[in-house]
Amino acid sequence: MAENVKPRVRVPRSATAGEAFEIKTLISHKMESGQRKDSDGNPIPRSIIYHFSCDFNGENVFQAQLEGAISTNPYFQFDAVIQESGTFTFTWLDDDGSEYSDSKDITVG
Amino acid sequence: MKKFTLSATIAASLALFAGSASAQVNLDAVLSIDGTAITTRAPAPDFLDIDEVISGWVYRAKETQATQMDDFENPAMLFVDQAMDDWNRVDGSEGKSCASCHTNGPEEFAGLRAELPRWDADRGQMMNMEDYINYNRVTYMGAEPLKWAKPRMDAMVALISLQSRGMPINVAIDGPVADIWAQGEEIYYTRVGQLDMACANCHEDNFGNMIRADRLSQGQINGFPTYRLKNAKLNSVQARFKGCMKNIRAEPYAVGSDEFRALELYVASRGNGLSVEGPSVRN
Amino acid sequence: MQFTRRDTLAMGAGAAVATLVPLQAFAGPNEDEMAAFANGAEITDGGVELTAPEIAENGNTVPISVSAPGATNILVIATGNPNPRVIEFMFGPLAGSQTASTRCRLAGTQDVIALAKMADGSVKRASATVKVTIGGCGG
Repeated sequence: MAENVKPRVRVPRSATAGEAFEIKTLISHKMESGQRKDSDGNPIPRSIIYHFSCDFNGENVFQAQLEGAISTNPYFQFDAVIQESGTFTFTWLDDDGSEYSDSKDITVG
Repeated sequence: MKKFTLSATIAASLALFAGSASAQVNLDAVLSIDGTAITTRAPAPDFLDIDEVISGWVYRAKETQATQMDDFENPAMLFVDQAMDDWNRVDGSEGKSCASCHTNGPEEFAGLRAELPRWDADRGQMMNMEDYINYNRVTYMGAEPLKWAKPRMDAMVALISLQSRGMPINVAIDGPVADIWAQGEEIYYTRVGQLDMACANCHEDNFGNMIRADRLSQGQINGFPTYRLKNAKLNSVQARFKGCMKNIRAEPYAVGSDEFRALELYVASRGNGLSVEGPSVRN
Repeated sequence: MQFTRRDTLAMGAGAAVATLVPLQAFAGPNEDEMAAFANGAEITDGGVELTAPEIAENGNTVPISVSAPGATNILVIATGNPNPRVIEFMFGPLAGSQTASTRCRLAGTQDVIALAKMADGSVKRASATVKVTIGGCGG
């Protein structure tokens, strides 16, 4: 497990059915791209978060396949639209096999 | 395949100059962070020859500025979150966390960052944020002191600095710290290193100008600790001092040294009147 | 590319800016990525927007946004990076729009391309030139 990986998500507490709203996510991760070399000149192997997914009540909202060119502490902003109350789940997959997740409840008035 | 001749390269570079001319500094840009108004320009303290002191925020590209205007956009806040975990974590022989004594949370420290570094009569010395954090860890928690300019300490400094966001920097320069302040002032104006430059050469004589591809600021520290895009992490005041000295090919003073402590006091006072920004975002 | 002192001085008064010469857009990796994504469909311009700064303050963290109403996937390619693939966004049934923003690393001044795959399989393209400056006091 990469060290000190902490997700942060921003989801509104409530939304109107059928009306799109913004979601933002951030996660602390070095995103070692595989392009850097250590002081001896040896390449430092790639170790990044390669996949991100946002789902709501089991249905997919948004996914991304990341490469080494995504900056340290990957950031996403995207929109969701839902019809009912429920829970957003966010999942990040790491090259080293780890999985990080977070979730947020939302009510539809 | 395009061929890049020398003249094409020169033309491209000149075009870049033209491009950077359009990225002028906007002195009228206003910073408000999640509703808290931030003073980024203030009348300069009496001891300065310049008219106005200006936060480093003003000198950054508008995309960088935007990243600081919202606590979610600001990646520094990831580290503030980590510091909050640390705040609640038991550490040391006494079985305590920061929260054990500071029961009202880091909010108890509103105003502290704005006054540091300051003379502490009980301690009989000038103290900065790192000093206070470690003094309390060692004395009350029986915990190891945190290393300066390392992630765990920088994050905690950011957490506590955040509590003074929006408050004007108000650092004392007289009384028991007068001599230290004078030492800091001397360091600021002394040329050092292979490039034979003093802090003032860039940050007083040339703020607003470009140094190679970077826009020079006044070198204020009201926004520290700062998340730098360059290294994608929090940076402390004295770590930046060290970096600046290395850039002019001088042998840097040590982090935590008397010289850097004096310089931190002096540089902080140059920003008296500017708001504490909480952890900022810079290049 | 090495600049002689004369060349550097010739580039104008004031500070000499060390800019990376825009990397040559080799036909190989960029075209391969785009062809793989397009899967035989013709790539046409328009229908997708790519927002990126004209001048990136630091190549380590460059904010980019893409928008393509009706798209299922959007691929971002940095034509001057060692690996051109930057990110591929996939919009699910609950996506509120086909827009996304992120922050990426650009190795030098280059063209960034966004390709959007539409529901009918057609592929749209937008491109933006981002100037990435390297070298300042901060390094």
